[in-house]
Amino acid sequence: MNGTIHFKKSMRRNIQIKRIGMAWVILSLFTFPLHGEQISAPSDSLLERGYRFLTLSDESVRMVLLGTILMGLSCGIMGSLIVTRRLSLFGDTLSHAVLPGVAVGFLWSHSKDSWAILAGATLAGFLGVALISLLKKTSRIRQDSALGLVLSGFYALGICMLTRIQKMEFGNQSGIDKYLFGQVVGLSSTDLWTMAFSFLLILALSIFLYKEMLVAGFDPEYARSIGLPVDFLQYLLWLILAFAVITSLQIVGVVLVSALLVIPAATATLITDRMRPILIWSGLLGCMAAATGAFVSFLGSQLPTGPIIVLVSASFFLSVLFFHPRNGLLFKWFSSHNRNHRIALENTLKAVYQELESIDFQQDSISVGQLAKRRRASMPQAHREVSALVEKQHATLHADQSDSSASPKPVLISLTPKGWGTACRIVRNHRLWELYLTNEARYAPDHVHDDAEKIEHVLGEETVRRIERILSNPRKDPHGKLIPSQRDIDRGFIS
Amino acid sequence: MSKNKQAEEPFIPDFDAVDTFLTPWATQAETAWNGQIVTMGVLVSLACGLIGSFIVVRKLALMGDAISHGILPGLALAFIIMQSRALFPMFFGACLAGLLCSLCIEWLQKKSILKPDAALGLTFTTFFAFGVLLISLYGGNAHIDPECLLYGEIGLIPLAENLSIAGIQLGSRPLVSMLVVTVLVIVSIIVFYKQLLVTSFDYTLAKTLGLPVTLIHYGLMLLLALTIVSAFEAVGVILVISMLIFPSVTASFFFTRMPAILVSSLPLSFVYSIGGFFLARWLDCSIAGAMVLVASLCFGLGWVFGPKGGLTWQLLHRLKHPHPSIIERTDQYPIKE
Repeated sequence: MNGTIHFKKSMRRNIQIKRIGMAWVILSLFTFPLHGEQISAPSDSLLERGYRFLTLSDESVRMVLLGTILMGLSCGIMGSLIVTRRLSLFGDTLSHAVLPGVAVGFLWSHSKDSWAILAGATLAGFLGVALISLLKKTSRIRQDSALGLVLSGFYALGICMLTRIQKMEFGNQSGIDKYLFGQVVGLSSTDLWTMAFSFLLILALSIFLYKEMLVAGFDPEYARSIGLPVDFLQYLLWLILAFAVITSLQIVGVVLVSALLVIPAATATLITDRMRPILIWSGLLGCMAAATGAFVSFLGSQLPTGPIIVLVSASFFLSVLFFHPRNGLLFKWFSSHNRNHRIALENTLKAVYQELESIDFQQDSISVGQLAKRRRASMPQAHREVSALVEKQHATLHADQSDSSASPKPVLISLTPKGWGTACRIVRNHRLWELYLTNEARYAPDHVHDDAEKIEHVLGEETVRRIERILSNPRKDPHGKLIPSQRDIDRGFIS
Repeated sequence: MSKNKQAEEPFIPDFDAVDTFLTPWATQAETAWNGQIVTMGVLVSLACGLIGSFIVVRKLALMGDAISHGILPGLALAFIIMQSRALFPMFFGACLAGLLCSLCIEWLQKKSILKPDAALGLTFTTFFAFGVLLISLYGGNAHIDPECLLYGEIGLIPLAENLSIAGIQLGSRPLVSMLVVTVLVIVSIIVFYKQLLVTSFDYTLAKTLGLPVTLIHYGLMLLLALTIVSAFEAVGVILVISMLIFPSVTASFFFTRMPAILVSSLPLSFVYSIGGFFLARWLDCSIAGAMVLVASLCFGLGWVFGPKGGLTWQLLHRLKHPHPSIIERTDQYPIKE
C-alpha cells in the first residue's frame, strides 16, 4: 500500500500461508454430505446424546456444529474490529437495520434461502449505517440518539413488512420469522455455504488488510496523511460486518447477534491489549462459546441454541473479568487492599517519627494520645493503627512507668529497628521530593506537601539515589527540617 | 413495490378511504375497541416522549434500549415464581431487572477497562439471552409469545383482563397501568422540573448547588424502567426506544427550549397514535410498527423542513451567508495567546 509502514514481508507471507491452510481445512469439512434433519430426538438419554454429539455421527450435528463455529469465528473477528473502534453499538444497530432488507429480499425471491435476502439485507444495513453518518454530519443529533433513531426506525419498517408478509398467502409458511429469534435446526446447506463465504471474506479482510485496518481504526488522521483511503476502508468494514451479521442472524436472531459481536471481543480486550492477539483471542473465544453452546443445547431437549451460546460467552467474560491473573478484578482488589494497608502503616510510622522529632529525639517513645493527636484520629482508631504496627513488628508497646499517678497507665510506643528504618525512609522520601520540586521544578515551598504525600509511598531506592545525586546530597528540606540519611537509618533506635 | 406482481395479493393493498377511516368507528363496540388502542398509543408515546426528552439530553438514549431488553428476565422470573400473570409481581420483577441491568452497566463502565459502549452492549444482550432462555424453558404455558416481546401487540390491548378495584370496573389492565404511569411521569416532571433540568444540562452546577444528583439520576432511571415496563406490552422491547427518542429529537428541529419540547410531545403522541392506527389499518400490519413508521416520517419532515437546524434551513443559511463566518475562520487559525 504505502512504504511508510514497514512490515516484514516474509513473516506476513508465512502467516498468510498458515491462515489459508486453516481455511482449507475448514472448507474440506464441507465434503461431508449435508442434509437437514431433526437435531435430536428427546427420547435419548443425556449420555447417549453427549456421545452422539462428540462423535459427530449425525449429519445434523455436523451441520449445526459447523454453522455455529463459523458464526462464532466470524462474529468474534469482526467484533474485535468494531469494539476496539468504539463502535460496539453500530453492530447492534446494523443487526436491527437489516430487517427490512430481509423482507424485501424475501418478497423478491419468495423463498427464505436465497441470495436475494443476503443482498437486500446487506443493502439495508449499509443504508442504515450511511444514514447515521448523514444524520451526524447534517444535524445536531448526538451519536447515541442517531443510533437509536436508525435502529428503531428501520426495525419498525422491517416489522411492518414482516407482519404484512405473514398475513399474505405465500408468507404463511415461509419461516421468515426465524430471523427474529434464530433457529439452528433449520440450517440448510445453502446457509452453510453463505456462512463459509462470509467467513472467508472476513478472514481475507483481517489477513490482507490487517495493517491498513489497524492504522485506519486507531489513528484515522495519520492514516489519511499517509494516503490510505480511510472512508473506503470504513465502508468495506461495514459491508463485511453486514455479511457477518446477516449470516449469523438465522442462528441467533436479531438481538443476540450483537452479543456475539461484542462479548468475545470485550473479553479479548480484558486479556490483552495488542491488536493481533485481540483478533485471535476474540475469534477463538467466539468459536469456543459457539461450540460449547451448541453442545449444551444439544444435551438439553428444548434448550434454544442462541441464548445458550450468548450465556456461555458471557460466563467466559465474567470468569476473565474476575479471575484473570493480571487484569482480573479479584487480583486488583487484592493488590489494592495490600497497597492501602501498607500506605496506612507507613503513614502511622511517619506520624510516630514526626512526634519523636518534635521532642528532638530526647525520648525513644511516644504515647498513643500523642499519635492520635498527630494523626487527627480518635483514640480507638489510633489504638487500631498501633496494633497493626505491632503486628508487623514495626513497634513495641510498654506501659509508662514515669507517671505513676494516672490510674490506667498510658501506653507508650517504641519503634523497632525495622520500624525506625521504614519511618526514616518515608520521611526521607517525602522531604527529598519536596526539595526536588522546589529546587528543580520551581514549585513554591508551600505547594509541595500534597504531591510529596502521594509520591513518598512509591519512590524506589534507585530513584531516591538519583534525586540525591541531582540535589547533591542535601541535609535539609525546603521547610528547614533535617532529611534522615542512610546513617540515621543504620544507627537504629534503642527500644 | 412492483417486484411483487406474481403474488395473488399485492404487498401494498389498494387504499380504501372508507375502510381505513370510517369502518373502525362504524359500531359502538368497534369504537370502544379501537378507541382503547388509540388511547393506549397516545399514553405510551406521551409518557415515553416526556421521559425521553430528559434521557436524550443526558446522552442516555441507549440506556433506554438496554433497560428495555434487561427487563425480560425479571418478567420471566416473576411469572415462574408466581405461576400467573399477576400485575404487581410482573411489574416489580421487570422494574427490578431493568434497574439491575442499568446498575450492572454503570458498574462495568466504572470498574473495568471496557469501553462504555461495549459494557452496555454486553450487559443488555446477556440479560436478554437469559430472559429468552427462561421463557423458552418455562414459558410454554405462560402465553408469553416471544415475538410479541419484540414488537408488541397493541391490537390485543382490549383483550386483556379488566382491572377492578372495590367493584368498580377500571378497564383493561395495560391501559390502566399505562395511565397511572403517565400521570406519575407528568406529576414528577412538574414537581422536580428544576432539579431535572439542572442535573441534565449542567452536572457541575447541580453538584455545587447541593442537589442530590445521584438520587435524581436513579429516580429518573426508576421512572424510565416503570415507563418501559408498562409500555412494552403494547409496543415491545425494541420499539419502546423509538418512542423514547423520536418525539424530543423531532421537536428539537422546531424548538430549542426544554418546556416547548416537552409540551410538543403531546400533539406528536396524538399524531403517532392516530396516524399509526390508520396506516396499520390500511396496510394490515403491526400497529406498533406503523406508529414508529409515522414517527420516522415526522422526524424526516422535521429534519428536512425544521426551522432550527433542518436541511432546508441550512441551505438557505448558506445561500444567505456565502462566506465562512468569523467563527469558522478562527477555527482554522487559532488565536495564539
